[in-house]
Amino acid sequence: MVAGELTKGDGLDRRSASAMLLSACPDALVIAGLGSASYDLFAAGDRNANFYLWGAMGGAAAMGLGLALAQPRRPVLVLTGDGEQLMGMGALATIAVQRPLNLTVVVLDNGRYAETGMQLSHTALGVSLPAVAAACGFAWTMELAEMDVIRTLGKRIQTMQGCGLARIRVRAEEVTRALPSRDGVWLKNRFRSALGFPPM
Amino acid sequence: MIVWQDRIFETLKAGKITQVAYVPDAGHARLIERVEGAEQMRAIVLTTEEEGVALTCGAWLGGERAVLLMQSSGVGNCVNMFSLVSNCRFPFLTLVTMRGEWAEFNPWQVPMGKATRSVLESMGVTVYRVRRADDVEQTVQAAVDLAFESNQAVAVLLSQQLIGRKSWLPGN
Repeated sequence: MVAGELTKGDGLDRRSASAMLLSACPDALVIAGLGSASYDLFAAGDRNANFYLWGAMGGAAAMGLGLALAQPRRPVLVLTGDGEQLMGMGALATIAVQRPLNLTVVVLDNGRYAETGMQLSHTALGVSLPAVAAACGFAWTMELAEMDVIRTLGKRIQTMQGCGLARIRVRAEEVTRALPSRDGVWLKNRFRSALGFPPM
Repeated sequence: MIVWQDRIFETLKAGKITQVAYVPDAGHARLIERVEGAEQMRAIVLTTEEEGVALTCGAWLGGERAVLLMQSSGVGNCVNMFSLVSNCRFPFLTLVTMRGEWAEFNPWQVPMGKATRSVLESMGVTVYRVRRADDVEQTVQAAVDLAFESNQAVAVLLSQQLIGRKSWLPGN
């Protein structure tokens, strides 16, 4: 046991937490990082303004930044896992420098690489992503371990209160995969059409 | 150098590019300055080039056009992120200042400089190269059109010969 390690039983049910979060920010444009976060977003209810990554690990937050800058009047949510965000930790610095009012990164943190066999990630071994985001200069960060604050987080996302990062501590457990479309071109064009843009 | 960089700036502006993501390079310095001074454009400094690949895709999802400025060494940092561009057929435009080729002093720049074109092409990116200042404007213009009118991934390599020798020590 290493200091700071999550035990498997700690944390919220990721599917319930994601569904409650999404229901509290219905206007959000959402990018989901690869793996479990994409499945969670899809399971919470497919929408045209959802974009699911199946690869490009480490890219979700930076993609969210480009989207947030392009759509300053819409809340943008990057829903991702700890492993995905750890690979894109530099993007937190890049986001903090731009400080978009409408961008929130939510990390569903199980302290594991669930897709590849539940190996421990850095967040189970002492690394705090909210502390990294705060050090970078994010306007706010949150740590959530209880369901009744999820709605508060969703409202904060919906009302665009500055660029933030929230860590939701979720249980490290196998959840049946809920698989969104893998057709990137279709997802892209569907997303753009939800905003009134043509495919090209 | 200032003249052709100003032409790139005007071409990007005319091409309605609003997000300019970059990891700095001396060859892009003037262009970055111009972008920072432009009201309708935003300069976005990155910690690593692959962030810029993902960012340009996000910009397009949101209805804006973006470009990534980097040095040839940065192309190597982007490789897996290019799968986002090709899988989703995102328009993608990057302007790459070359190192490790003409009159290079630093051998550490050479391996990636040699591999830049083949790495880009391996990941499905169309590569244009510019050697002469007079060709910069029309090449960048063509790259903007190919990227955003035909949904292609395009890189413009700005040759080291165009950028000129880097002065390493006073008097050199």
